[in-house]
Amino acid sequence: MKISMHVNDKLHSVDIYDENTPLLWVVRDILDLKGTKFGCGKAACGACTLLVDGEAVRSCSYAVKFANGKHITTIEGLGTKEDPHPVQQAWIEEVVPQCGYCQPGFMMATAALLNKVPNPTDDDIDKNIINVCRCGTYYRMRKAIHRAAELNASEASSTTQNS
Amino acid sequence: MKTRTLYTFCVLLLVGIVFAATKGPLTTTYLHISETDQSEEASDIAFDKMMDVLTHQRCVNCHPNDHIPKQGDDSHPHYFDVVRGDANLGYQATNCNTCHQSQNNPYSGVPGAPEWSLAPHSMRWEGLNRIEIAESMMDPKRNGGRTPEETLHHLTEHELVLWAWEPGVNADGIPRELPPVSKEEYIKAVKTWFKEGHRIPTK
Repeated sequence: MKISMHVNDKLHSVDIYDENTPLLWVVRDILDLKGTKFGCGKAACGACTLLVDGEAVRSCSYAVKFANGKHITTIEGLGTKEDPHPVQQAWIEEVVPQCGYCQPGFMMATAALLNKVPNPTDDDIDKNIINVCRCGTYYRMRKAIHRAAELNASEASSTTQNS
Repeated sequence: MKTRTLYTFCVLLLVGIVFAATKGPLTTTYLHISETDQSEEASDIAFDKMMDVLTHQRCVNCHPNDHIPKQGDDSHPHYFDVVRGDANLGYQATNCNTCHQSQNNPYSGVPGAPEWSLAPHSMRWEGLNRIEIAESMMDPKRNGGRTPEETLHHLTEHELVLWAWEPGVNADGIPRELPPVSKEEYIKAVKTWFKEGHRIPTK
């Protein structure tokens, strides 16, 4: 089966023998984007979270056939080192990661949350950010999520002023 | 000798006729079942078969009486503190489709079907008995304003309902338990129950 999808704004076409192959493996092994991680393989931990048409999706449990024609965003496409996404910037400022393995999933889930809830409360964070971090960086992540919301707001405000 | 045999035969025949006429079962001793009774019996049998399915955890897990979806054959609360949310789809950024797609996932074991969601709170079945579930199911105030025809359609054609017979495998690759009645038998029973007037047996 041929799958065409935009990954980080670039069109990719891949030939897949098994259309149920998890999107995670296509992104990592065929497109060589290693930022998205394999954790549990059963949509429980969230390490493999990426965005499909702006929505957070557990890519270990998302058959690649569903990605056909969709826009996929991975951690590599969220921002760049020179121009990080507010979520990435906040993560740096709050020195969130410990081992770091699960962090891309958390950042993608946070990006999806801020798209829907620009200024999330602690309760919004508790309900929506349910990934698992075995280093227990939740406290710093909470601070980073609030910080990302601030950065997002100030970015939006400066964009409005400049336009 | 022949005359004697014929005589014996005639006597026995006469005794037999007299016995049959006086001691045998009369037609009036049989229970007459009216067409209405037969219809009600068919309806009740169909009702029981339909309810064997609708009370199965595969159905009730998504018709909770609280706001928490249930999972598995033991109907435990959905992992990760997942709840109903405003639109029966979970929270804003973490919702049903974060994990559940329109088909089962054979690798992760995450189940999926079109329109995966929780039944609205008005359609809560958890904790109700068969009769109460039927009353709820046929009550437009609680069934989403469905007419009997629409309810029949939901029960026999909605892909999410029929997913019960294609529940896929769990995370260990073990097939999930099927409802106790086959899909064909269930659909036939539901159609019979509606055809016979969707009569709910008395409590």
